[in-house]
Formats: sequence, structure tokens, C-alpha cells
Amino acid sequence: MEILTILIPVSLFLGGLGLFAFFWSMKNRQYEDPEGDARRILTTQWDDKPKP
Amino acid sequence: MTLAADPQEHLQVSACPACVAAPSAEAIARAAAPREARLMLSIPQAHCATCISTVEEGLSALPGIRNARVNLTLKRVLVEAEPQVTAESLIPHLARLGYEAYELDAGVLSATETDRQGRELLMRMGVAGFSMMNIMLLSVAVWSGATDATRDLFHWISGMIAIPTVVFAGQPFFASAWRGLKAGRLGMDFPISLALVLASGISIYETSMSGRHAYFDAAVMLTFFLLVGRYLDHRTRAVARSAAQELAALEVPRAIRLADGAEASVMVADLRPGDLVLVRPGGRMPVDGVVVSGTSELDRSLLTGEVMPVQAGPNQIVSAGEVNLTGPLTVRVTAAGRDSSLSRMAELVAVAESARTRYTTLADRAARAYSPLVHLLSFSAFGYWMWATGGDIRFAINISAATLIITCPCALGLAVPAVVTAASGKLFRKGLLIKSGSALERLAEVDTVVFDKTGTLTMGAPEPTNLGDHGPQALALAAALAGASSHPLAQSLAAAVRAAGVAPAVLDDVTEVPGYGIEGHYQGRRVRLGRAEWVGAEAPAVTATCLGLPDGTTHAFTFADALRPGAAEVVAAVLAQGYRVKLISGDAAAPVAELAARLGIADWTAGALPQDKAAEVARLTAAGARVLMVGDGLNDTAALAAAHASVSPATALDAARVASDIVLLGRDIAPVADALRIARQATRRMRENFAISAAYNVIAVPVALVGLATPLWAAAAMSLSSITVALNAMRLR
Repeated sequence: MEILTILIPVSLFLGGLGLFAFFWSMKNRQYEDPEGDARRILTTQWDDKPKP
Repeated sequence: MTLAADPQEHLQVSACPACVAAPSAEAIARAAAPREARLMLSIPQAHCATCISTVEEGLSALPGIRNARVNLTLKRVLVEAEPQVTAESLIPHLARLGYEAYELDAGVLSATETDRQGRELLMRMGVAGFSMMNIMLLSVAVWSGATDATRDLFHWISGMIAIPTVVFAGQPFFASAWRGLKAGRLGMDFPISLALVLASGISIYETSMSGRHAYFDAAVMLTFFLLVGRYLDHRTRAVARSAAQELAALEVPRAIRLADGAEASVMVADLRPGDLVLVRPGGRMPVDGVVVSGTSELDRSLLTGEVMPVQAGPNQIVSAGEVNLTGPLTVRVTAAGRDSSLSRMAELVAVAESARTRYTTLADRAARAYSPLVHLLSFSAFGYWMWATGGDIRFAINISAATLIITCPCALGLAVPAVVTAASGKLFRKGLLIKSGSALERLAEVDTVVFDKTGTLTMGAPEPTNLGDHGPQALALAAALAGASSHPLAQSLAAAVRAAGVAPAVLDDVTEVPGYGIEGHYQGRRVRLGRAEWVGAEAPAVTATCLGLPDGTTHAFTFADALRPGAAEVVAAVLAQGYRVKLISGDAAAPVAELAARLGIADWTAGALPQDKAAEVARLTAAGARVLMVGDGLNDTAALAAAHASVSPATALDAARVASDIVLLGRDIAPVADALRIARQATRRMRENFAISAAYNVIAVPVALVGLATPLWAAAAMSLSSITVALNAMRLR
């Protein structure tokens, strides 16, 4: 059962990482246009270099 | 002028220098705040990757545009531009790219862009979801047999995650329950808050006593599911706004007052009856009044539904909101501000609006029945077990908490928002924007559909009907003259000739004679386009403009109001679905009768004043009918607000759009029939969802009352009922 002392913090840390990623994506307005973002990947507009 | 490439604006310069040199009252008001313009346009036809790049690249290529970004989910484009660029100037460019576009007003813009409340709810939802998953991980271990020290440890860790989560994520419920309590009523949020507090409190106590059951997972799960419902609900509500405010904003804030021969720009509120006001061509009448001098034509279509402009001369009575078309007019004020007809109409709308907000939704009715029942159940469980166990408070509280948690309205909170979200998504893809949360329910109850004519079943714009009868030279001359005027007939004629591939002739000194027509010289000889008597022709029976050539021959161009695409289909579909259909228009009897016959509407009224329209809707309502009003003009606004449900096209006046529940985004009106069908289906789904969550409670509550409910039971009942309800909502098609 000693493994719990490692596994529980690890699981909490990983969960926290996910939560942090969620906060980041909220702050960066990643959910404004899900459909557009899905389609934009198909355009050739910024294929050579990233959008400045 | 950045977008002077607009051909119309260019020609106006040569035709009427005064109009351009002196900006309208609106332009002055706008110029008062020069900053970067952020414009938002709706592009209902955008649907693919190519659409994105076409629109973005097309707009970015224009001068004065800094950035354009399409949002495909909302079918909008956000344009950042130099302050002088207006949304109206972009619409023709988008039309050339093949996309119809409509300007979105600042209110909608702020509702979606700075939706702080929505983002906050989403944030809380994310936190609750994260905690729920982690606690569930620990809870499953406990349920599958962890005992003693391990169980206590898991409970403690769960508690450490759950308590901050409930405190943070549960705030919307606590706040609303507290507000309700202060106002002396028990809403849905009170039992929710009570369940959250009780579940957390009991679980801490049990954990500290090394008890077997802790409800941390239930508390957090409850928060999560309820937040999902709350977020969906918020999204539908965010779009809805109050109509009365917007209608007042339509009034021109400034007017030009003539005092001792000098012009002064004053606030409309400062005008007094008896003042003289100058209204330039293209401007809206700021007040009710009488024309003192000047001749022009007035576009009254938004006020009365008349397609054809009326001539205005001295002693003509004018109303606020009419648009002056061709010549400057001096108007003596008879009523301004609060007394003007526009303002009276705004009051009509406000009255009708408040009547509508009293509508009780299905969710309201469910909540009203639910809240007392839950408290009663939980309290009697507590009382019974106190008596049965001989005063074992800990056991009795445990039972009553379990009852509260299990009856808690996870599914009830999702039942309506999930359906509304599914239905409004479906309608959005068909080109309909739902503005009010209860609109679907009201739409489903409708049994009578009242249509407006001008701008709703027809396009509200005259179109030439006999271009083919005239030779190319006549067309070229007519186009050249028509292109110099902003009169609707002239503009439509010029556009139609251009579309037919005839290039306008080159004319010298083109001038517009206000109220009569346009005059110019072709190879040194005079040509005229305008009123029949002015040109020297016999006035035809139908709406027409005449071209007078130097050799004395005349050509009459006749016009008719074009049918809106889908108009025939929508009337046929609505009649087939068994609705009563009525046509009410402010236009003259002949065109209304003709349209009614063409569409197969037996019941029609012509020449209706705005008050008549609202009164007719009220009469139908009093006779027991539930009316759906479909209209676009200012004259429809009161009727739109008075009707049980209402639809207006995106081309409608702001006020009409704001007063209606549903806005039609595209040109096609046919989706209105789909909206009625989907609304009926959605309401059926809502009722089913209530039945499903009631059924779950019927099974789970007795189990909780006899004291057999474990946290596992609670978790299973909660998630199963929520998922069933969400899936049922998805069945909508």
C-alpha cells in the first residue's frame, strides 16, 4: 500500500496539470470558434511560415 | 474618404454637392468619437474553409481595414478598421464576393465578446469537472472495499479537493439562493445550496468520526451537472436583450435647428414645438412636424409599409422616423422627443414586452412544484428517523441529506437548457437566431400566423419589370440618370440595367430636381427621368418612372415589389401544417390583394396603421388565438412585441429585430415553417425530460427514505438521469 504515497500525489499533479491547461485555454479564448479552427487547418494560407 | 470606391457615393458627389459637403446629423454624432472601428457583420452563408479565406482576404485587401477575422461557429466576421469605415460600406464588397452580410449592432457585439459571466461559469464548470474526476477516482476505491485507515485517508483527500471546489464553483447557486431568500421566496437554488452545504458538512463530520459514507463526490458531481445546465441556459439568455431601449436609440440624437437664418446642431431633446428644423436628404426626420419649405420625397416604408416614396412639399405632415430622400426640407416642429410618434411607439413596445416577460416557462412551473416537495420529503425523513431511532441525530441527518442529494434537480436543471441548446443549434444552421429562452415554448403554442407584406413576404424594394421593352440606348440613358439619384426606384433601375450588361451613357451636368426627377444633357440635348407629368408622358396605372428623350418620345419603366425567396413555400407549408394565416399590411389594397391571391392567403387587411396591427394581434389574442407575428418595419414593432411569438428578417429595422424573439439571418423566409415544427418537437422533448427525471426520483427517493441510499447509489442516479436527459435532447431533428 506504500505505493499510494507516490500514486496519489502523481494523480493529483496530473489532474492539476489538466486544470492548468484548461485555465490557459480559457484565458487565450480557445473556445471562441471551434468550427472555424477545425476548418482553418485546411487552408494553405500560412503553410510556409506562421502568421506574424 | 477611404471607401469612396463605392460607385453610389461617387455619383452623388456630382449630382448633389450640398448633400456631401454637409454631413447628416448622424455623421456629426458619429464623428464626435473618433477611434478605431470594430465592426461586426453577420455572414449567414459562410460554411467552409474557402469561405473563411475568401472573406478575410477580400476584406483585408480594402483600404482602411486593419484586420478581418471570420468566426465560423457564429457565422460572423469581426473587422478592425480605421474609424471612418462603416459596416454599410463593407456590405456591397461582401456581396461582390458572393456573401450576403448584415451589420450586427453593438449590443450583440458586447454580449458575445465580453461575455464575462459566461466565461466565469465555464471556469467554474471546469474546476468542478476536474475535482469530480479526481474524487471519483478515490471514491471508486472506497466503494470497491477500502477500509479503515485507507478509507479515512481517501475521504480526507476527497474532502480537501471537494470543499474548496464547492465553495468556488457553487457560488452562483449560493448567491442566487441568498437573493431569493432575501426576497422571501424559495427558488430552485435554495434546495440546491442546502444539499451542497449539508452534503459537505455531513461528509466532513463523518470523515472525522471515521464513518463509512462520505458524500464529497455527490456534492461535486451535483455542482458540475448543475453548472452545465446553468451554462447552457446562460448562453441562450446572453443573446436576449430589451427591445424598448433600442427603439429609443433609433431616434436621431441631433438635429439642425434654424434660428434667425443660422444653422445650429442641437440635441433633439432640446427642440420645442414651433422650432424650425432642417432635414437634409438621406436624413431621418427627428421630430413630428409640418413641412414649411422645400420639396422632396419621403421613404415611409419602415413606418407604414408603403413601398413607394411619397412626395413632400409645403404643408405636408411628417412623422419622426421617415427618411428624407431627395431634397432638403425645412420642418416646423409639432411634437418632439417624448411626444413624437416614434416615442409613443416605443412605449407601446415597452408595455407589450412587460406582458410577455410574465410568461411562465415549463421550467418555472416545474421548479415551483418541485422546491416545496423536496424540502417536505427531506424534513419528514429527518422527523421520522428521529422518532424511529429514538433520537439518533447523526443517522437522521444522514438520511435527510441523502434524500436531498438524490432528489436534487440535476436532470431538472438540464431538462430545458439541453433541449434549447440542441434546438437553437439546429435552427441556427437553418439561418434562424433565437433571442429569447422561452421563445421555443411560445412558438410551439402558436396557432395563427400573421405576416406583414412589405419587407417580409416581399423584399420591400421595387424591381423593374419591363426592361426588355426598351432599346439599348434608352436603357443606357436611363441608367446614367438613375445612377445619379439615391431614390429607391432610380437605384433599383440603375442596378438592374448594370446587371443586364448595358453600360450607362456619358451625360453632362446631371442635376436632381427634388420631388420630380433627374435631368441631364446627352450630346447637348436635354434628357429627363422621373415623374410622368414632369417628363411629359401620360402617367401609367402602375408604379413607374418615365424617361423623356430629346426627340419627345417617352419610355415608362414599370416596377413591382419582388417576392422574398421562400415566401410561397413558407405560406404553403404553414397552411399545410394547419395554421391560420393572415396578411396585414400598411400598403394600399390593390398590391396587398394581388399578393394574397398569389400566395393563397384568404384573410388579408390593407392600409393598416401601426396601432391597427397591434390591435388586430390583440383582438386575435383575446379571441383565444396564439399569434406568431412575422414582420420587419417600425409599423410592425408594436405588433411584434404584442404577439405571443415573433420573427423578423435581418434586414428589418433594429427596433423590429429587437422586439422579436427570432431573427431570420438569410434572405430566405422558408425556415420559419421549420422553426414552428422544431419548436413543437423541442417542447415535447422538454416534457419528456421532466417525465424522465421524475421517474428517476420515483425509484430513488423511496430507497433514500428507507435509509438504503449509499454514495454509490446517489452517484449512479445522478449521472444516469443527467445523461438520459441530455441524450433525449439530442434526439431532436
